[in-house]
Amino acid sequence: MKGSKPRNVLPGFGLSMGFTIFYLSVIVLIPLSAVLFKTFELSWPEFWKTVTSARVLAAYRVSFLTAFFAGLVNLVFGMLIAWVLVRYRFPGKKLIDSLVDLPFALPTAVAGIALTAIYAPNGWIGSYLAPLGIKVAYSPIGITIALIFIGLPFVVRTVQPVLQDLEKETEEAAVMLGAYRLRTFWKVILPELMPALVTGFAMAFARGIGEYGSVVFISGNMPLKTEITPLLIMTKLEQYDYAGATAIALVMLIVSFLMLLVINLLQWQMNRRTIAR
Amino acid sequence: MAGTITVHLNKEASKRPEHVTESGPVRWILIAIALLFLGLIVVLPLLSIFVEAFKKGVGVYIDSIKDPDAMSALKLTLTTALIAVPLNTVFGIAAAWAISKFRFRGKNILITLIDLPFAVSPVISGMVYVLLFGAQGFLGPWLDDRGIQIIFALPGIVLATVFVTVPFVARELIPHMQAQGVQEEEAASSLGAKGWQIFWRVTLPNIKWGLLYGIILCNARAMGEFGAVSVVSGHIRGETNTLPLHIEILYNEYQFSASFAVASLLVMLAVVTLIVKSIVEWKSSSQH
Repeated sequence: MKGSKPRNVLPGFGLSMGFTIFYLSVIVLIPLSAVLFKTFELSWPEFWKTVTSARVLAAYRVSFLTAFFAGLVNLVFGMLIAWVLVRYRFPGKKLIDSLVDLPFALPTAVAGIALTAIYAPNGWIGSYLAPLGIKVAYSPIGITIALIFIGLPFVVRTVQPVLQDLEKETEEAAVMLGAYRLRTFWKVILPELMPALVTGFAMAFARGIGEYGSVVFISGNMPLKTEITPLLIMTKLEQYDYAGATAIALVMLIVSFLMLLVINLLQWQMNRRTIAR
Repeated sequence: MAGTITVHLNKEASKRPEHVTESGPVRWILIAIALLFLGLIVVLPLLSIFVEAFKKGVGVYIDSIKDPDAMSALKLTLTTALIAVPLNTVFGIAAAWAISKFRFRGKNILITLIDLPFAVSPVISGMVYVLLFGAQGFLGPWLDDRGIQIIFALPGIVLATVFVTVPFVARELIPHMQAQGVQEEEAASSLGAKGWQIFWRVTLPNIKWGLLYGIILCNARAMGEFGAVSVVSGHIRGETNTLPLHIEILYNEYQFSASFAVASLLVMLAVVTLIVKSIVEWKSSSQH
């Protein structure tokens, strides 16, 4: 565990490493393992019956589909915003750049009530959509909009640095070979951005399936229709059905772990590529 | 994941030769679409909070904030952040020191473990403490015998908040400290400086802006956390309600103006956080 020769001159490895592992174990790892132990109190058929009941499956479907669509929207517009911020000059650019981080900094409950106020049938935008028969708040569209808000910075902030480091020479070569701008984008720029785009999408998606605060106000929380998985866990907890809640949570946790693993693998790969340059 | 990526806008980047950029009209159309999207998704909600908050006048706004329940929620939120943020700051510095100044096996796994709370749903983050310390939890009966209450009380709220905000300082510091390398610390060490001297005199001055941003981001999340705290709080008015929970209760009671008035306090916190971020970026880019 000691560092390689030139590095162990510095003190404090034992102390900092020991504290890091102790703290992580007490705050994160041991509590999380409680989910596993609590689920063991259920037999396999009980577990299976819980996580495949109609209401739970519907909640999984709502969570995954809305997070997926929100991720897709963010993929397109997040890339566009990153593009505009990196490549063009326009007044107020610094302010716009700061605004992208607002969803990180704004408490989710505040975002939730604000979005509901806008998209409710009597809200700023909702009142124009209601006569057209479009229901945004209290429908899956509302959930998707909340998740777009939450996920936007992930895509912008992962694409931005890659776009910045993109070398002009490759683009120039494409131009000299006679490629049009749009073709250069599809064939030269987009493939370079792909790992960053996938990472940003995965981060937004992972955050989206777990999101609670910004969604509960706008979703309407109708079982089988607009009930998201975190809310269902909350409901089970309020009914003191701890085993049921943990069973549903375990499935979510496994998905989250897998997402995190994919994201980190992608990031290590991207780092290696930038270092290689 | 959140807030781990700090970007410095390259001022020269936009000066591109004509053949590797888009034509003027295309450029302006793209800018317009981007701004329209941001306006709709980010700016409009921000504006709506203030408009709704002042809808019934300044009097109602001030009364909603001076309300005893709101004040006690504010106090609880501040107390929670005051405990959670220093804990995670110490952890973040220790973790970043171990990860960035030494080589060891399993470093990537350790970083992934630090990221875990980002990937876990806030509701699950709160639930794990109910499973451990709740009345039916693993340690519930033992705690109950000794009259210690964690769930539906301050300790539970603090624990859930600490869990959710574990990665912020560490994730902000690790790239900063990795980029700095170890030469300066090694030089200090060879000149005879002791461990803490090296940290206070060499490392800390180098990372202070990154550290400040990590702390402020950690604080914003700690004060704004909703899902995790909601599970462990028990929603006892005037006792275990934090500001975000107070906003929810007012909203569900159809006291919209009061709810948005209290929410506007948290919006200001978010705006201050973003301003500090801009200052930090400006400072650290002028340092290089």
